[in-house]
Amino acid sequence: MSKLRPTSYLTEQIWHGNQVLVAVLGICSALGVTNRLSVAITMGLSVTFVTGFSSLFVSWLRNVTPDSVRMIAQLAIISVFVIIIDQFLKAYYFSISKTLSVFVGLIITNCIVMGRTEGMAKNVEPLPAFLDGIGAGAGYMLVICFVGFIREIFGFGQLLGYQVIPLSWYATPESPNLYENFALMVNPPVGFFLIGGLIWMYNIIGRK
Amino acid sequence: MWMGDYTLINLFGLMIQAIFIENFLLANFLGICTYLACSSRLTTANGLGMAVVIVLTVSGVLNWFVHQFVTGNGALFWLQYLGINTSGIDLNFLEFLLFIAVIAAFVQMLEIVIERFSPSLYMSLGLYLPLITVNCAILGACLFAVTRSYPFLPNLVYVFGSGVGWWLAIALLAAIREKLAVSKVLPSLKGIGITFMMSGLMSLTFSGFTGIKLANPTGVKVEKLPVTISSSSGSDLLRERSDY
Repeated sequence: MSKLRPTSYLTEQIWHGNQVLVAVLGICSALGVTNRLSVAITMGLSVTFVTGFSSLFVSWLRNVTPDSVRMIAQLAIISVFVIIIDQFLKAYYFSISKTLSVFVGLIITNCIVMGRTEGMAKNVEPLPAFLDGIGAGAGYMLVICFVGFIREIFGFGQLLGYQVIPLSWYATPESPNLYENFALMVNPPVGFFLIGGLIWMYNIIGRK
Repeated sequence: MWMGDYTLINLFGLMIQAIFIENFLLANFLGICTYLACSSRLTTANGLGMAVVIVLTVSGVLNWFVHQFVTGNGALFWLQYLGINTSGIDLNFLEFLLFIAVIAAFVQMLEIVIERFSPSLYMSLGLYLPLITVNCAILGACLFAVTRSYPFLPNLVYVFGSGVGWWLAIALLAAIREKLAVSKVLPSLKGIGITFMMSGLMSLTFSGFTGIKLANPTGVKVEKLPVTISSSSGSDLLRERSDY
């Protein structure tokens, strides 16, 4: 891994080593927060921020952290950044922070963050660690934005809160045979099917 | 503070709600990563489930004390007896850090104690303990309990029930995965892909329970439970439908 150029740490994480599709990490929040695209984008950005900066700091402190307490040290570093995100969202985007509720706090236990600090950041220089963390977060964001896009457009007929499927297409009491929102898309279980389907497609593409 | 407005029958309802209606794995989708990693064999799943019940119950109770006496609103009142004025202090922002520190420290201690006193138990349970620190179900249950401001006993019942519900779910899913391992599946979907589909179907069945409310104290007007994402989207949907 040491021969890689720094930027390849970034790109590696987005497709070939995508944390959600390949390592199957960070699924909890990928199911819980993706029914609206705006929420998914917020969550993706937050996770990218937390992963990047906690990797950076874990890597900086890697030579002074005793091995026996490294888990707790990493968790402390991660939760500092999660607290920053939480306070920021509460101050500037209160409605989104209400919708995310406990999921902001759960970034601490998001397996992607812990996986990157434990698997990469504690072994490499700060800059590659930072890029690796940003890349992992971006790969996660890509997946949950795709899931959020599908769920919002079919579940609500909207995109980022704006109606994209024309209201005139919808079924009314007078003409009941027209379009209706797909109610299943609103429920979290559909995230399982969408991510399962994405993994399926990824495997088919990767096999060729 | 200890019992609140809850009666014994409410506590029972809360237990049922935590185990089945708001099942942590299949209705709240927490602890999925650990579940995907460790559910290919039933014995592993049972060991992990048992460890989660123990850790979740104890750390849920400890975190209740942390919230009540350190980070909650006006929780530092006891410092007044020592002559310290605490009226302007709000440590709410430290909650995440303290909660995860309590969980991590407890797990570490439990590991040391089990290793010292019962090597056989350590062989079966100890392997899963480090995994549990980063299990979202533990932190999630603690945070949910805080946002719903349960008194002590309901909190105890809630965290215990959540743990049992998680155990139940992972055991059920592991049993199905054992069968899946020997069945014919499309090659690209084999392994993790089909597990996702199967978990989706399972959680759809559990979503049949949603909307049943058993846990509210009787005769008391309870403030609305914090809107979880699924329920808010549900009400959005209803409102939008009534528009057309």
